[in-house]
Amino acid sequence: MNRFDYERAADVAQAIGLADAATDTGGVRFLAGGTNLVDLMKEDVERPRTLIDVNRLPLRAIEALADGGLRLGALATNADTADHPVVRARYPVLSSAILSGATRQLRNAATNGGNLNQRTRCCYFYDTATPCNKRAPGTGCGARGGFTRMHAILGASEQCVATNPSDMAVALAVLDARVRVTGPRGERTIPLADYFRLPGGEPGRDNDLAPAELVTAVDLPPGDFSAHYTYLKLRDRLSYAFALVSVAVVLARDDAGRCTDVRVALGGVAHKPWRVPEAEALLRANAPDRVLFEQVAARMLAGAVGLGDNDFKIELARRAIVRALEQAASGRPQSHTDKRIA
Amino acid sequence: MGTLTVSSRDSEPGAIPLTLEVNGAAVSLPVAPHVTLLDLLRERLQLTGTKKGCDHGQCGACTVLVDGKPINSCLKLAVTADGARVTTIEGLGADGRLDVLQRAFIEHDAFQCGYCTPGQICSATVLVAETIAKGGALSRDEVREYMSGNLCRCGAYPNITDAVMDVLRRQPGPDA
Repeated sequence: MNRFDYERAADVAQAIGLADAATDTGGVRFLAGGTNLVDLMKEDVERPRTLIDVNRLPLRAIEALADGGLRLGALATNADTADHPVVRARYPVLSSAILSGATRQLRNAATNGGNLNQRTRCCYFYDTATPCNKRAPGTGCGARGGFTRMHAILGASEQCVATNPSDMAVALAVLDARVRVTGPRGERTIPLADYFRLPGGEPGRDNDLAPAELVTAVDLPPGDFSAHYTYLKLRDRLSYAFALVSVAVVLARDDAGRCTDVRVALGGVAHKPWRVPEAEALLRANAPDRVLFEQVAARMLAGAVGLGDNDFKIELARRAIVRALEQAASGRPQSHTDKRIA
Repeated sequence: MGTLTVSSRDSEPGAIPLTLEVNGAAVSLPVAPHVTLLDLLRERLQLTGTKKGCDHGQCGACTVLVDGKPINSCLKLAVTADGARVTTIEGLGADGRLDVLQRAFIEHDAFQCGYCTPGQICSATVLVAETIAKGGALSRDEVREYMSGNLCRCGAYPNITDAVMDVLRRQPGPDA
């Protein structure tokens, strides 16, 4: 990997100050678990001039919020987050999504902030011998006309057809999580739906972060989302593979069995977790019903376009949405260890 | 083990001081910031039991315990482990005797080439410790899922799972 300046920050203000001061040098990165960034540096995809080690920042806690929600520190590991008793009890869709991704070793090192900011696993983004508008703006897209089994069917642009690889983010999308960031101009909170960007004409930018802004926490809203949920992940191997298609669902039902709240997000199909509020509204105030589930799926996939190799994802996603809604409505969530589809 | 051989490379530009506990021994040495924990262990501390497989966090051959948890040492810059307690395969046995998982891997023929074995055993060590601490039992599927970050290209998975299940069965329960 390239040689770089290494700075070890003691607190948030110092980390941001160091990043702000180094912005002009081109290529400053915060380093937390390093499971993605160090790999990208070995591949010469990332060539930072300055690395700011944020591991000593006091952002490791998972703690209750005054409004009844839960704050997940940006430096809490994915493993500790998935195993946290409150996450398991009230937000099990998040535990399930995290545990369906990566491996024990990676989850022990990877942090929540790092998970949000991991880069796409598009093989053309990784291969510096091929063009990639995300890695090297203006060079073209190696995926178009190449191998596209893993690529996007929704929200892609002429410049970029990469997908967001995170499972955690798909669960955070249905939980309406909020991302807390701090930068040179202070602190702000970004709803998860606005955090990730579609590639458009600027695929190099994965998210809404400004230069020198640091994710400090992810806030979960108050509530108990344990009665009706699922995270259904479909992939080429039973373990340790990125999603071809994944579906996160949380829903609430009243005493009469009608759906009072319905949230569905797709992973593996776009540059961001994919939610369609108009599709979710089709179920609201109605009893769960397979015909309605089919309508939700059709509405969520409106405008889906395959690239050839990944055409199958459209039908796979349609069926996965229906199955995930059945799992959540019946209170039989998908297990991440029992690989049979519930 | 009480002492470690440390090869000196303190002339490396940009090296910064690092202090670690490795297999119970305190280690202090200057390390350049681009050096991974894996390369530090193998090249500077001569702890070559930890293997370099893919060097990209995909195979698990480099698995070691940092503060008691298995991680991929190939993806951890050594400078970020300052102050940590590191355990490698060399630190699991005591007084020249193999530990219970090492013996079980031999009894169950749980390897052929052996390249993935140190990482497999490091992962399994924590799996066993966590399972005992929780007082629960694991199914074969759960063991396979837990160990899915340790690839075995010889395909010894059934025997690896047998070895781990055997050790789990032989452990006293939390009340014993």
